Formats: sequence, C-alpha cells, structure tokens
Amino acid sequence: MTDPILETRNLTYTYAPKTANEVTAIREISVAIERGTLVGIIGHTGSGKSTLIEHFNGLKKATSGVVLLDGRDIWENKKEIRQVRFRVGVCFQYPEYQLFEETVYKDVAFGPKNMGLSEEEIDRRVREVLSFVGLEERYLELSPFDLSGGEKRRVAIAGIMAMEPQVLVLDEPCAGLDPKGRATVLAMIENYQKTTGSTVVVVSHSMEDIASIADRILVMNKAGLAFFGTVEEVFSHAEALVAMGLDIPQMTQLCLKLRARGFDLPETFYTVEQAHGAILACLKKEGTA
Amino acid sequence: MNDYIQFQNVTFAYEIEGEAPKPVLKDFSLNVYAGEFVAVLGHNGCGKSTVAKLCNGIELPQKGKVLVDGLDTADEEKLLTIRQRVGMVFQNPDNQIVATIVEDDVAFGPENLGVDPSEIRRRVDDALKRVDMYDFRRFEPHNLSGGQKQRVAIAGVIAMQPACIVLDEPTAMLDPRGRKDVMETVKMLNREHGITVVLITHYMDEAAQADRVVVMDHGKVLLDGTPRQVFARGETLKQAGLDVPQATALAALLQRDGLDVPADVLTVDELADAIAAAKR
Ligand SMILES: Nc1ncnc2c1ncn2[C@@H]1O[C@H](COP(=O)(O)OP(=O)(O)OP(=O)(O)O)[C@@H](O)[C@H]1O
Ligand SMILES: Nc1ncnc2c1ncn2[C@@H]1O[C@H](COP(=O)(O)OP(=O)(O)OP(=O)(O)O)[C@@H](O)[C@H]1O
Ligand SMILES: [Mg+2]
Ligand SMILES: [Mg+2]
Repeated sequence: MTDPILETRNLTYTYAPKTANEVTAIREISVAIERGTLVGIIGHTGSGKSTLIEHFNGLKKATSGVVLLDGRDIWENKKEIRQVRFRVGVCFQYPEYQLFEETVYKDVAFGPKNMGLSEEEIDRRVREVLSFVGLEERYLELSPFDLSGGEKRRVAIAGIMAMEPQVLVLDEPCAGLDPKGRATVLAMIENYQKTTGSTVVVVSHSMEDIASIADRILVMNKAGLAFFGTVEEVFSHAEALVAMGLDIPQMTQLCLKLRARGFDLPETFYTVEQAHGAILACLKKEGTA
Repeated sequence: MNDYIQFQNVTFAYEIEGEAPKPVLKDFSLNVYAGEFVAVLGHNGCGKSTVAKLCNGIELPQKGKVLVDGLDTADEEKLLTIRQRVGMVFQNPDNQIVATIVEDDVAFGPENLGVDPSEIRRRVDDALKRVDMYDFRRFEPHNLSGGQKQRVAIAGVIAMQPACIVLDEPTAMLDPRGRKDVMETVKMLNREHGITVVLITHYMDEAAQADRVVVMDHGKVLLDGTPRQVFARGETLKQAGLDVPQATALAALLQRDGLDVPADVLTVDELADAIAAAKR
C-alpha cells in the first residue's frame, strides 16, 4: 500500500543559522504519510515535532529538503501556498497563538471565510464544529481571551476543523483538556478520519492517547527520525523509548509486568479495553476466572 | 495541622464588559494545610486557575476572604510578603517568562526577594539542573520549545524557595520523563523541604500521588479526600467530566467480572500484584 498524501524528503530546518544560537531542529527527515491514515508523532521535549509539522503546510520553509503534497512540492508555485493551507490544516501547540478575533464565532469562522465559502455554509460549519468540541451556544459571542485554558484549546481545534482540511494536523490537541474533553476530542479526531477519509497527524506526549488512536507512530529523537511503524512495532522498543525520555502506555507496562510473573499473554495490549479482554482470556484459559 | 491557605466563603466573578457578572466561585471554602501536597482536579472552566490566582492576590474575592499564612490577600501592604511565600507556575509558561536569557529568568524571583548574589547563582544552577535545562541556561526563552519553556518556569519557582508552591498544569506539555521529573521534584520539595504544594492537573495518575485530592465542579468542592477515597468514586468523577487512573479503571472492570482484586488500586504496580494474587 503506497499512496502517500504527504511526504517529506531529507527535510532539514535550522533556526538562527550562522549565529551563536544556531539550532538544527530537524535533520534529514524522510517520511511518507499514507492517505487516510492516522499518524501519531511522539518525541522528547525539543525533539523537533512542532518544527516538523509546521513544514507540512508551509508555515516554515525548510533549510533543505522538500515537502510533497499529493506528489507535488508545496513550494513549487509560491502563490499556491494559500491553497496548501486550506488543504493541510495545522492547529498549534498553544491555542493562544491562533486565537485573535473578538468573538469565538468570528475566530472559528475565520478559516472558512478565507476559503470564500458562503455565509450559510460558514454558519453551518461554525455551529456544527463548536458543538462537536463540546462548547455550548453561549460561547459564540464570548471573547476567546476570556476563556479558560481548555476552552481556548477547543475553540482552536474547532477553527481548523471548520476548514475541513484533507490533512488535519494537531499539535498536542488534548493538552489541558479534562478527561471527558480528552475522550471527546480523541473520538472526534478518529471520527473525522473515518467519516471524511481524511488523513490526520497528531502530536502528543500521551503514550496512552497515541496508542488508542494511531495507525502508525512516528518517533522523533534529537532532531532525527527514530522509528516510524505500527503501534505494535514502535511500542515493542520499550527500552529505547524510555532512554529517549518517552515511555510505553500504562497498560502495556502492566502487560510486561504480568508476563514477567508468568502470565500467558500472547498479544501485547495498549488500552484498558484490550487489557480487560486479554487478562480475562488468560485467566479463563488457566481456569481461575 | 495548621492552615496555610484559607478560602473563607469566597465569591468571585470576572468582569466582562456589557455583561452581568457570573460568579465562577460562589461561597467557596477550602483549607490547604501547611506541609501538605494537595492535587486539585476539575473540568475545564470549573475555576481551578481562578483559585490559583486568588492564592497570591492576582485576583481578589468580591465576597469572603483568602488568607495566606494568616495574611489577608486583600491587604495591599501584605501582598509582597504573600507573593514571597506563595510561588506560582502558570498554565501557559509564556505568561510567566520575564527575562531574555534563561538563567536571568530563573534568577528574577530570588533577585526580587533580595537574596545574596552568590546564593542566587547556586539556586539558579541547582534549579536548572533539577529540570534538566542547565545546558540551555544561556538561551533566549522565546526560542525554546513548549516543554522547555515550561521547565524554565518551574525552575524559576524552585529558585525562589517559597513556603508554598501553586502549580497550574505544570506537566501539560512535557514528555513522559519530564512529567516524572516534575512529579519527583514536587514530591521532594514537599517531603524534604516541607513546602506546601497545590498541584492543579488533568492527569489522574499525578493526582493519585498527592496526599489529598480536591475535586471541583462548577466552582464548588465536589469531593475532598485521600486519592484512594476520591478515586473510589468513579461514577461521580465521570459525571463531573473526570476519570480515574487507568489501573483503577481496569481493576473495577475485573472486579465486576468476579475477579478478587480490590477496587481501590491506584498504580500499575499495585494492579499487577493484585491480579497475580487473585490468580493464586
Ligand atoms: N523560534 C526558535 N528559535 C530558535 N530555536 C528554536 C525555536 N523554536 C524551537 N527551537 C529549538 O528547536 C528545537 C525543536 O523545537 P520544537 O518546538 O520543534 O520541539 P518539540 O518536539 O515540539 O518540543 P515540545 O515537546 O517541547 O513541544 C528545540 O531545541 C528548540 O529549542
Ligand atoms: N479573564 C477572564 N475573563 C472572563 N472570564 C474568565 C476569565 N478567565 C476565565 N474566565 C471564565 O471563568 C471560568 C473559570 O475559569 P478558570 O480559568 O478558573 O477555569 P479552569 O478550571 O482553570 O479551567 P481549565 O481546566 O480549562 O484551565 C471559565 O468559565 C472561564 O471562561
Ligand atoms: Mg512542540
Ligand atoms: Mg486553568
């Protein structure tokens, strides 16, 4: 199966080149993201995740290397970068960087408006997407700056989703959300991928969240690409991940601990649901439960 | 036990132009005891950050009182003392960073307290090492990644050595090791230096490490107890937009299936022990 929608080839980006503060934040990154998949990105603090995804829609221009969208260099024609930004929507790590309009309504309507959609269509999308992220009608006329941290996050995600991009890129979408909001947003992301067939890229520090939604996981380490594979492949490298400042999901830790105590658990589990099924099956087989 | 921070029947509303104030906190009372480590949980918008801002007089109650070590936050003359005693780590580190070089930023707090320069040097180095940012001491904070900024903000408050630290979602942007390090540092400051800690978090497994968990819901205290007591109330927590740690959730499922595991396990280790014991 290779039908990549987004591809990077030898992507390198250096901040403040030729100064004392020069930092190469990503180095020679080549990855191909398959159409319609959900890719999770993990990596230690400062490993280059945000820098990488800001290249996907041309918010940053690589020092060297290229980004291909549907096989075409996104910078091939500079005038088309605007179109690229409608097709690849990037939601920032800090929602504060993205919210600037007077009201929540205007903020979420900003993207669709830029795309030149009709008033009715904009209105439909704004209302739909806000209820999707769990914000009631009364928020529409509030200033985004007067919201709590988690409320701002929801508005920022809604603003990108309202553009209905082909590739939805979210940097830490669940940071600062309460558990219910976290579950809602994760379900919403999966739902967006399944119903629209869009491609989704999610950056997260939560191994549990990534394990529960991703088809493939990309691991960044010190500006380089460490792993890119299925959930199973990536989380089989427990020691390497821990050495990089990462971890394996809590339920996977449990799986390894139980195996070490002689439990026969042929399939590794990653979520509470999977753990529940696997442990019951194991105990049944041994005649305990 | 002595009270360190007291919220006495506090009512608080933000002023929004052209709108009737809608109280975020209504007749809210809470005592934080000297030397304890308390975690505060609650749904988005329930008022946690507001509580934090009331702790050192950034906001003042419209009704009721907030006392810090017996000092009223509404008493302007006491405000400086209060801010020396209660250090804050804000939800967004950008709101906290004041200097253009990382180490100056960390030194800012102790400098303001009039700490001796050589002592400042020692504290800054120590604090930066604790959060694993020593190598970045000469960097400009605005050039750091999200998690790196958050670590600098935490170093800043450690260097102040206040009697009490209020941390508003300090680990929201940190990698797994960073989260562990912050939790270890917070516990160390609490246990070894007797610093009172108020930790606001959305991570249930972090709250499980505190001495006490306070659960807020729409500006009120919904639950208040030890982590085991609070996380035994899975249904109530879910209704309030919260959850229990994953290990606790799995224990409850297994128990429902008739397996002999206690429902109040909090960690993966405890759960592994319990499942192994149930098998025998
Ligand atoms: N504006 C900037 N100027 C100079 N260096 C920067 C800038 N932004 C980021 N960096 C550096 O680039 C590296 C990668 O940063 P990036 O923000 O991509 O990391 P990240 O993986 O997203 O981290 P986090 O998990 O903390 O968000 C870091 O070492 C950081 O210090
Ligand atoms: N500056 C402000 N002006 C007006 N209203 C505000 C302001 N800050 C917060 N609010 C409102 O007050 C309520 C409580 O906000 P607060 O920031 O204390 O919530 P929180 O519990 O910290 O939420 P979160 O988990 O999302 O950070 C929210 O409904 C929010 O919209
Ligand atoms: Mg980042
Ligand atoms: Mg808050």
